[in-house]
Amino acid sequence: MKPYSLWSLVRNGISYDKDWQQAWRSPEPKKHYDVVIIGGGGHGLATAYYLARECGVRNVAVIEKGWLGGGNTGRNTTIVRSNYLLDESAGIYEHAMKLWEGLSQELNYNVMFSQRGLLHLAHSVHDMQEIGRRGNAIHLNGIDSEFLNPQQIKKMLPIINLNCRYPVMGGLLQRRGGTARHDAVAWGYARGADDMGVDIIQNCAVEGFDIQNGEVKGVRTSKGLIGAGKVGCVVAGHSSVLAEMAGFRMPLESVPLQALVSEPVKPVIDCVVMSNGIHVYVSQSDKGELVVGAGSDAYISYSQRGSFDQIEHVVGPLVELFPLFSRLRMLRQWGGIVDVTTDRSPILSKTPVKNLFINCGWGTGGFKCTPGSGHLFAHSIAQGEMHEKAAPFSIDRFNTGALIDEGAAAAVAH
Amino acid sequence: MSHVNRIEGIGRIRRGRAVRFYYDGRQYFGYEGDTLASALLANGVHLTGRSFKYHRPRGIFTAGSEEPNAIVQLESGAYTEPNTRVTQVELYEGLRANSQNCWPSVKYDIGAVNSLLSRFLPAGFYYKTFMWPASMWMTYEHFIRNAAGLGKSPEQKDPDRYEQLHAHCDVLVAGGGPAGLSAALAAAKTGASVIIMDEQSEMGGSLLASDETVDGVTAAQWLKTTLETLGTYDNVTVVPRCTVTGYFDYNYLTAAERVTDHLGIGNGGYSPRQRFWKIRAKRVVIAAGAIERPLLFKDNDRPGVMLANAVRTYIRRYCVLPAKSVCVFTNNDSAYDTAIAVHEAGGAVTVVDTRQSASAVSVKRARDVGITVYHGYAVSNVIGSRAIRRVEIRRLSDDAQSLVGDPVTVNAQVIANGGGWNPVVNLFSQSRGKLRFESGIQAFVPDKAVAINPSVSAGSCAGVYDTAQCLATGAEAGEIAARAAASDPKPSVPMPQLTKALAADAVNGRDFYVVPANTGAAEGLLQKWNDRGYSKHFHDLQNDVTVADIHLAATEGYRSVEHLKRYTTTGMGTDQGKTSNVNALSIMAGIQQTDIPSVGTTTFRPPYTPVTFGAITGQNRGELFLQARKTPMHAWHELNNAVFEDVGDWKRPWYFPRHGETMHQAVDREALATRQSVGMVDASTLGKIDIQGADAAWFLNMVYTNAWLKLPVGHCRYGLMLNEHGMVFDDGVTTRLGENHFHMTTTTGGAARVMAWLEEWLQTEWPEREVYCTSVTEQWAVAAINGPNARALLESLTDEDLSDESFPHMSYKSMKVAGLDARVFRISFTGELSFEINVSARHGLALWEALIDAGKAFDLTVYGTETMHVLRAEKGFIIVGQDTDGTVTPFDLGMSWIVNKNKPDFLGKRSLSRTHTAASGRRQLVGLLTDDPDTVLPEGAHLVEGHVRRVPAVTQGHVTSSYMSPNAKRSIAMGLVTNGLDRLGESLTAQLMDGQMIGVTLVKPDFLSIDKSPETKPEKGQ
Ligand SMILES: Cc1cc2nc3c(=O)[nH]c(=O)nc-3n(C[C@H](O)[C@H](O)[C@H](O)COP(=O)(O)OP(=O)(O)OC[C@H]3O[C@@H](n4cnc5c(N)ncnc54)[C@H](O)[C@@H]3O)c2cc1C
Repeated sequence: MKPYSLWSLVRNGISYDKDWQQAWRSPEPKKHYDVVIIGGGGHGLATAYYLARECGVRNVAVIEKGWLGGGNTGRNTTIVRSNYLLDESAGIYEHAMKLWEGLSQELNYNVMFSQRGLLHLAHSVHDMQEIGRRGNAIHLNGIDSEFLNPQQIKKMLPIINLNCRYPVMGGLLQRRGGTARHDAVAWGYARGADDMGVDIIQNCAVEGFDIQNGEVKGVRTSKGLIGAGKVGCVVAGHSSVLAEMAGFRMPLESVPLQALVSEPVKPVIDCVVMSNGIHVYVSQSDKGELVVGAGSDAYISYSQRGSFDQIEHVVGPLVELFPLFSRLRMLRQWGGIVDVTTDRSPILSKTPVKNLFINCGWGTGGFKCTPGSGHLFAHSIAQGEMHEKAAPFSIDRFNTGALIDEGAAAAVAH
Repeated sequence: MSHVNRIEGIGRIRRGRAVRFYYDGRQYFGYEGDTLASALLANGVHLTGRSFKYHRPRGIFTAGSEEPNAIVQLESGAYTEPNTRVTQVELYEGLRANSQNCWPSVKYDIGAVNSLLSRFLPAGFYYKTFMWPASMWMTYEHFIRNAAGLGKSPEQKDPDRYEQLHAHCDVLVAGGGPAGLSAALAAAKTGASVIIMDEQSEMGGSLLASDETVDGVTAAQWLKTTLETLGTYDNVTVVPRCTVTGYFDYNYLTAAERVTDHLGIGNGGYSPRQRFWKIRAKRVVIAAGAIERPLLFKDNDRPGVMLANAVRTYIRRYCVLPAKSVCVFTNNDSAYDTAIAVHEAGGAVTVVDTRQSASAVSVKRARDVGITVYHGYAVSNVIGSRAIRRVEIRRLSDDAQSLVGDPVTVNAQVIANGGGWNPVVNLFSQSRGKLRFESGIQAFVPDKAVAINPSVSAGSCAGVYDTAQCLATGAEAGEIAARAAASDPKPSVPMPQLTKALAADAVNGRDFYVVPANTGAAEGLLQKWNDRGYSKHFHDLQNDVTVADIHLAATEGYRSVEHLKRYTTTGMGTDQGKTSNVNALSIMAGIQQTDIPSVGTTTFRPPYTPVTFGAITGQNRGELFLQARKTPMHAWHELNNAVFEDVGDWKRPWYFPRHGETMHQAVDREALATRQSVGMVDASTLGKIDIQGADAAWFLNMVYTNAWLKLPVGHCRYGLMLNEHGMVFDDGVTTRLGENHFHMTTTTGGAARVMAWLEEWLQTEWPEREVYCTSVTEQWAVAAINGPNARALLESLTDEDLSDESFPHMSYKSMKVAGLDARVFRISFTGELSFEINVSARHGLALWEALIDAGKAFDLTVYGTETMHVLRAEKGFIIVGQDTDGTVTPFDLGMSWIVNKNKPDFLGKRSLSRTHTAASGRRQLVGLLTDDPDTVLPEGAHLVEGHVRRVPAVTQGHVTSSYMSPNAKRSIAMGLVTNGLDRLGESLTAQLMDGQMIGVTLVKPDFLSIDKSPETKPEKGQ
């Protein structure tokens, strides 16, 4: 791989940009791979990357039914944070955060990881209790967190309307939180994985599994049967569909989640702001668009678009919290299918089928864990045993009741 | 400067009415009926802005909503609006607009150095650099962010008003051009209710700039008559200035109407600024027209390069000839109309046609009037930067892959660029209709609609370009739609297709998109240095994406349409690629040597054009945003100095400070008075659900953990509800009013959730059961009186016997209180003798005031939620959602007594036996006493073992409730602690973020001395 640098831009500029290497190849699938990863989203690509990079497993294919990064990876609002309440969550999200902190350099691809700070607002006594509990828990886990009072919030965010419906009573700030460029994450991992020999096969849908004596031997795809020693299934909103092909059920619901952006404007908001109290979260992309996350539909669905009322339900609070945004315009809205578990924590697990591993359930908030998830999943697949940090996230917890209930306990989406 | 470019003619402007406006601080005049764009052009202003990345000078490119280039900062202060398309702004007196994204001025813009460096800033350059040193990224990003971003956000609150409107109709017609108007007319004639909307200031679409004869009369005359006829139908609503922006499932459409924008700021009177329509249409006729697509050539972004159709529109509609000399550059017949328009307006015109020959009527007409036509030529170079000075053209090779021969110079200051048409399929595609590529017109056209979103496309958005055909297809579509709406009101089948065939070669175009890169000698050195070949052929003008960028994306493997878009940012601007998308596809197809459909097309996402957040919000702002719920006693609370707390949507009195009391002092007073005499709290916000039906008792037995079948009529019982995981989900007291009739109470915040939960089970799992749930929260006002004197107080207002024998704890009576019909429950959330008096909501205030009056004799004290919390915590009563968080079982709360193990089933039962849930060592609720009785623990504090501060440290649990208790005369707290019930008496330390370490002891959560009254049993009422 020819590395990217300022110098490479100059050199290629002089040669009329005709000599750039392709970021990844588009090979035909081989007959057999040591590991087949299903799903070319961020998590799948990261898994393949770390398998090749850290586990010495290079005979790997990533099989993607559409274009890589076209699932939730390319549709999310790119919030990255590790300020989770529960110890198990802190374990994986902080693991990811540490990887984020050197990711551009590691991949030699600028993923624009911007640690601009992430602020949770508290609008009620109940919210204050929640951030109090979470802030202290994060602190005990050795992760950065700060409480802000309304004056400090105003100083940081002069445009906020503190005296909105449900006046802002305080906030919880993680300075290391922020955003990253979602496409670049997928492309950077793809380029890195490809460089180490991973075959990325796009426009190839997995349509079934070759399972013999309870052990997976390969996947049936639109490009034919592909043999596999081990298979990692990383298909987010379609995990239940794939599990059904393999003959088991997943404790997941798939629902459309929406987001929208405004027209680009000069910088107005320098951190990520999340309000559970009135249900909106917003940041500003480097291009200048306000990136606003909406809610998920109440009904399960696989259609990648939600209902318009969810858009209304987020634009109202947006204007309430930032009344000056009223004259800005919504440019684009879209949706993605998110795979939601009942405890709102992911599943990283073995399955009833031997050598078939699954990574899913990231729901509305898995982008931030892309490096961590890929890293832990790669090690787990390579070892054949779940990594210690991933182990609490097994499917089995739904049988034992050992839930990691971020949803109930903290109820913070994304 | 005067109207240098204004010409004779009528058009649609009103010359009697001069309008003054300012652009970049300079004063100009236009006429009523002008857009800001036409007025600027009339005044000879072409340069309107700088581009996003390279800061190249840019001008007005179109005459409509597809404008990518000419976007300005409209007005200032609270009224400012960034990124506003000058082509859509109607001129009003005093309008002020400023160019954006340039400094110090649009003429001399420092940012233009980027243009010199453009060679090193190809698509996606930022992914390849700014990585070293790693710590510098936040600094780089700061500069990148400031460079990006186009216009500026307002800095003040928006003073304008907006509204939302719901509408229903048989037929919605999107687009008011010839096809739309004749569709509306045809539908109206059947009696169908019709709404027709058009984004322009007046109906007419292409007719507004047409010199054609329509149905034997002039276009203007036809338009006038048709609108008059439509006006005679009561069943037709005509809405100009209204863009249909979104097409969602089941024919749900949204539209944004600019109601008073055109009147100027502050002139809207009582009307809103904008109105957001939400429309259910039985059938939809899409008649959204077509957008011209430009040919791509070197420096095709210069101010003065305009769409051919736009030039014609400025001439015919606004009486503006954008320049005296015009070069029409085209690959099809339709642009010849523009040539003729320029000629008729007195301009000099040269046509450059990429085709070797052409024979259409319009072509002949152009030749007949003496217009010079170069066949087989293409524009090879544009001389001039902030304005076009002249144009160079060269002959195309036979395969059109290269330029041959010497350049010919054409004198022109405007290039009218016409490369064919793209039907506006956005709405159809949003409705999930499938598109088809018609190679004859080189464009995507609607193919099949989906059954749930029945629409029919007519006119040029269906690829039908000639006016007569537009009228015919429109009429047919209107008729089909109206008939379908009448016979099948609920959309269930796709609409029939039009019988009129697509005129395949209607524009007789040649599928020519890009002029080959110029390697000729004519260029200066600097230009050559900067031209990477196709690096000055701009296809996305707003985002500065060139043909070279697409080559680069292809080289690097970003070939799928979505990768191409995201990598190069083509089509991602505020115009959403209306003039660039198909060109981008064609270039990629050319590179991959395939056809456009194989490259694919991107998803068209709503909205069609950007919509203000204000409009989407409508009237749901200020007081109407998430409206506060207020109890019937609210006015009294306000008068009596209550400080309110938001609980759910409710405003609840938090405490009632007297004479400058602090919260702490007020709560102390309220809590003491209640235990000493009597206190009263407004409990109206409690969720209340009326449950009736033969299976009502069975139902409660399923949703609560304890036994309900044998609860006698007239008695109350406290219940816990669990979710599927066996975790506490809500609680409350439910009373049996009759054999098959119950009154359930829930927590204030949980009322809606519980109602939905009950309905979900009834509707999805137990539909055969006869149970009816009705939310009655707002039907009842509730005053709860607590304390040793509660009985005496109530007795003074009723004749009923309130003795323990006649009215025991946990029972209910219906009686008159203060002359009002009341349901009185003897239940307690404070551990004191307590009555909850429910009256019809409209009597709430009367009851309250009667109690206040009668209470004077007992020193009645009104208290708020904070005191309520203190009082219940003193007795160790829980608050679901505060002391529990969805991970807590009844056993964890020490409430095993409430789980009936003999019941065959209840919701959550199975989960309670899961290994982890049934295991020991879970977090359990205990009381916490600080070593120092004056220290109040912060809620949310975590407890650790030992006294030494450590990070990281293992948490033993956290504080859920914490207060200073005046009755216990010390601080009290509760918390969830690992294995807490087995650790009573142990010490732990609360380790706070700010460094404090607070020692605590684990105790049973009952902080007052034990007394034997029945109310101290752990059953509660709120
Ligand atoms: C609107 C929205 C906003 C969000 N905001 C945030 C946020 O701010 N922060 C955050 O952390 N998270 C956020 N998320 C969640 C986040 O996007 C996801 O959790 C994360 O991107 C999941 O990544 P993935 O790689 O697992 O899934 P995906 O990117 O969805 O990848 C799965 C891939 O599997 C492919 N696939 C499916 N079926 C098959 C098959 N049969 N054969 C082959 N391939 C198949 C799909 O095409 C897809 O490319 C948001 C999600 C949405 C929708």
